[in-house]
Amino acid sequence: MHNLHPSPAQGQIGLNINPMGEADSSDGKPKISARGVNFYYGSKRALNNINIDFTPRRVTAIIGPSGCGKSTFIRLLNRMHELVPGSRLEGEILLDGLDILAQACDAAELRKRVGMVFQKPNPFPKSVFENVAYGLEVNGVTDRNLIEEKVVDSLKKAALWEEIKDRLKDSALGLSGGQQQRLCIARCLAVSPEVILFDEPCASLDPISTAKIEELILALKKEYTIVIVTHNMQQAARVSDQTAFFLMGDLIETGRTDRIFKAPRDKRTEDYITGRFG
Amino acid sequence: MNKKKELAIKYLFTALAFASLVFLIGIVLVLFKEALPIFTKVSPGAFLFGESWYPTAEPPEFGILPLILASLWVTAGALVICVPLGVGSALYLHELAGPRQRAVLKPVIEILASVPSIIYGFFGMVILAPLLQNSFDLPIGLCVLTTGIILGVMAAPTVASISEDALSYVPRSFREASFAVGADRWQTLTKVIIPAAGSGISTAIILGMSRAIGETMTVLMVAGGSAVIPRSIFDPVRPMTAAIAAEMGEAPVGSDHYHALFAIALILFLITFVFNIAAEFISRRFRLKLGLSR
Repeated sequence: MHNLHPSPAQGQIGLNINPMGEADSSDGKPKISARGVNFYYGSKRALNNINIDFTPRRVTAIIGPSGCGKSTFIRLLNRMHELVPGSRLEGEILLDGLDILAQACDAAELRKRVGMVFQKPNPFPKSVFENVAYGLEVNGVTDRNLIEEKVVDSLKKAALWEEIKDRLKDSALGLSGGQQQRLCIARCLAVSPEVILFDEPCASLDPISTAKIEELILALKKEYTIVIVTHNMQQAARVSDQTAFFLMGDLIETGRTDRIFKAPRDKRTEDYITGRFG
Repeated sequence: MNKKKELAIKYLFTALAFASLVFLIGIVLVLFKEALPIFTKVSPGAFLFGESWYPTAEPPEFGILPLILASLWVTAGALVICVPLGVGSALYLHELAGPRQRAVLKPVIEILASVPSIIYGFFGMVILAPLLQNSFDLPIGLCVLTTGIILGVMAAPTVASISEDALSYVPRSFREASFAVGADRWQTLTKVIIPAAGSGISTAIILGMSRAIGETMTVLMVAGGSAVIPRSIFDPVRPMTAAIAAEMGEAPVGSDHYHALFAIALILFLITFVFNIAAEFISRRFRLKLGLSR
């Protein structure tokens, strides 16, 4: 239950008290804030009045049983929910203080800043190189040298370079599941995001691949703000600095991960983390 | 008793299932048997590349190059029409149409595919041919252009329907991945979805092509029927299928003409056979590429 990579701020438990519980007081301003977020699929309400802050360069885990709205919520943060017709969102989501739901905010621009890694590895049926270069190409980068440099750099950051440097021209679909997922992470890193959203990134991976991804997440948090949805509580405890517990569309409790796991304040959180349901 | 019944049912269905194989073999055997005698009179080279088709002249000439070229020309014309029309409708259905439009358009396209070819033939003869004749000031409206347009419209539903299936097999996750790195809808469509569905769309086009090249009734009605090598899209032509349909009735059984028509049928069969094998091959590669089967 201990954080493997203690952050400088970890000694200061409960220094900042804000509406969602105690925050990790790294440098004050949250990277992303959700304020009064309600979300509906058709007439069905999937999220109720969610208020939460995400601290820059920290890992926040979102946990909760299936159907609690955790994946739904994380998809709002880069407006992926807009791909599903018939959904409706109320409230505010701020990225560096600016409303990402405003008309003036371009979804494609937003998604470059807030990248996403999905539940199932989803590389394109293209070569390894083309997969990573894709985000640069669609964003108008034409300089081949720059693209090449970025691709190599992203593969290195995704801890994939050593395994794959001789196979850049091979189809990405020939890689193992774990390699595919790290390739997807590299694809996401190539467009230089500030925030990375992981939607159950290890759900379809074996334990060794899972460990590699977790290690990678811990390395990435030095540069990126990370939000990870997981149904695996051990994983949340291993990788995250902060944890938010969702239940049936409500945010029940959030706070520092060690505190949530050691001393949950809400009875429902306690029941969930001790395995009484879920 | 029950065991016997079960066995009987089993054999019955086995027989039914293998019936199509028997038919296929039967067709091939008959085609070869009836086609081969002509090659004792005319060499295969002279038959395929001979430029005159005068089967009832004295002495008769059996060169089917005008017929083959006619088939190729009208099929090419059909492709020019059915590829944009079919693939375009598939893209619209898949990408832009809302659920309500889809609910109307999909069945309409499927009904279009089931309209009997004689109705298309009528339409071409009575409406399109006079229209083209007047607009381009042609001596005759029944020509390559008219046939190509009609065959293209006929093949378009096939192309649309199979292309649409190919597009819908592209996993949603590709689309999400593309949007997630900041691509817009158009980039996602052209750089991810169409390439991923590419071989499925090629299959659709090949199947549309074999529909066009094998079509008989329509070409009999609108192609104009003259067995000369076409020089322009306004020339009347006699595609292979039309030649067989028009002449079989007047060719005495067992005559050279009769065997020559069978040889045309054999060549037509081989062409569509190759098309189908190609379509099957490409679509298998397509499934592998998407990781749908292994």
